[in-house]
Amino acid sequence: MTINKELVKYLESLGRIELTEEQRTATEKDLQDILTYIDTLNELPTDGVEPLSHSFPVTNVMREDEVAMHNTRDDILQNAPEEKDGCFVVPKTVD
Amino acid sequence: MEWEIVMGLEVHTELSTKTKIFCNCSTQFGGEPNTHVCEICSGMPGTLPLLNKNVVEYAVRTGIATNCAITQYNKFDRKNYFYPDLPKAYQISQLYLPICRNGYIEIKGDDGETKKIRIHEIHMEEDAGKLIHDEWEDCTLVDYNRCGVPLLEIVSEPDFRSADEVLQYLEKLRAILQYIGVSDCKMQEGSLRADINLSVRKKGEEKFGVRTEMKNMNSFKAIGRAIEYEAQRQIELLEDGGTVVQETRRWDDSKGISTAMRSKEDAQDYKYFPEPDLPPIEISDEYIEGVKNNLPELPEEKKQRYMTELGLPEYDTNIITGSVYFVRLFERTVEVTGSPKDSANWIMGDLMKLLNDSQTLPENMAFDFDSLGKIINLVNSGKINRGTGKKVLEKVFSENVDPEKYIKDNNLAAVTDTGAIKSVIEQVIAENEKSVNEYKGGKTQAFQYLIGQSMRALRGKAPAQEVQRILKELLG
Repeated sequence: MTINKELVKYLESLGRIELTEEQRTATEKDLQDILTYIDTLNELPTDGVEPLSHSFPVTNVMREDEVAMHNTRDDILQNAPEEKDGCFVVPKTVD
Repeated sequence: MEWEIVMGLEVHTELSTKTKIFCNCSTQFGGEPNTHVCEICSGMPGTLPLLNKNVVEYAVRTGIATNCAITQYNKFDRKNYFYPDLPKAYQISQLYLPICRNGYIEIKGDDGETKKIRIHEIHMEEDAGKLIHDEWEDCTLVDYNRCGVPLLEIVSEPDFRSADEVLQYLEKLRAILQYIGVSDCKMQEGSLRADINLSVRKKGEEKFGVRTEMKNMNSFKAIGRAIEYEAQRQIELLEDGGTVVQETRRWDDSKGISTAMRSKEDAQDYKYFPEPDLPPIEISDEYIEGVKNNLPELPEEKKQRYMTELGLPEYDTNIITGSVYFVRLFERTVEVTGSPKDSANWIMGDLMKLLNDSQTLPENMAFDFDSLGKIINLVNSGKINRGTGKKVLEKVFSENVDPEKYIKDNNLAAVTDTGAIKSVIEQVIAENEKSVNEYKGGKTQAFQYLIGQSMRALRGKAPAQEVQRILKELLG
């Protein structure tokens, strides 16, 4: 896969960030290097190998369906930059 | 030119577990904003999700009940998107290995034949919070109570060809989900939501047309209207030489129109990847077998049993099994009365009328389910007459009164003492000399009038046949 400037700009928009032209050039090179490095894996024969979906060999870690609420709204809203009527306030969203 | 409508459905159903999918917060609907929220479901850095085991069980139940294959090795994936209804900026969902695949639900197709609507997959995911647009200030308020409530997304294949097929499927699906106890499916509370992918093509054509996705229908009626509208809109557009734009549209039921929400051109790129915070799920054959064995009787099985064992007509059976709440009421009433036919008749007649008149959905019936059976027993044993029974049911329906106590308090018990009835009728005859003479002169309407007066004097508490008999006897 080839990284070009257009792709970097697209990634910026997805990540909600804006890079300077200089950073963009550097990012293009870095991402290309990373992908080339990762591409080494494609040289390995992986027929019959299940895709890894988790780094530890564990499955079925679950909890019982029992209510336990420790927080109060005040505690939770302390993390809000702004609050109103018991709600988090965010910039206006339009569907 | 003849057009064909092609639709596929994405149904989201909120599971009725006690707690959210990844934390111990309550899933109860309608709490004060942000009171069912913790550091996990509000997306605080450093927190880890822990899967609710009942969510897996409910998903497997749903899969079995909709003829799906259970994916015995399945896992969660991370769907990234930037919107304040999800504070983590991603939704934990299942993309690559959804828990159920390749199922179907049977409906009656437009040609009258049984038709299979194929289910592509069912996956587990978390619901998002609620955004409230502030009326006074230029901002949006967020309530995360719903954030993290477990959802199943049930994705059909594009097998629907009419609004009627869609509604049949939704009714069946809702009945199944309610029967197996995984969701209460209250559309007005958003615990059952359907998005409709719709395209049109010329009849006989193989290729699908460009589709739109419609959201925000919160009743079956609205779904029917939205489908008619959108199909018509696309057909007119194409017949005028235009093209359909692939987009998401929001249905406005009060205006009866849909409007474009966002074009797929700047559609989000969700950058899915395996969810690193949750280990995979392995489901054994024994587990599936266990869930299967504990599955409650499904609508189709119940329907067959009601017809063969209880001798109910197909029409009654279809209506009663259409909602698990009717089923619960019916089965309880049969227990109390011992009579399936009487139980069905009262539900199909008087109760259905009360529901229709008050626009109440069966899931919102708020009376003691023993009461209907009690009323039927009182009527059948002659303690109250049919008309009084009907009035008592109205009171039970609206105020959940106890039938026996209500009858006693309001002195509604039937007058069965012949002597007492006779003396009231004698009084009526004495007071209506004119009508009595008319009757004797051959005017039959006069008899009806005297019956009416007698029933009135008895306050409707005597059996009509008995009143008629005694009146005739006294008039000679």
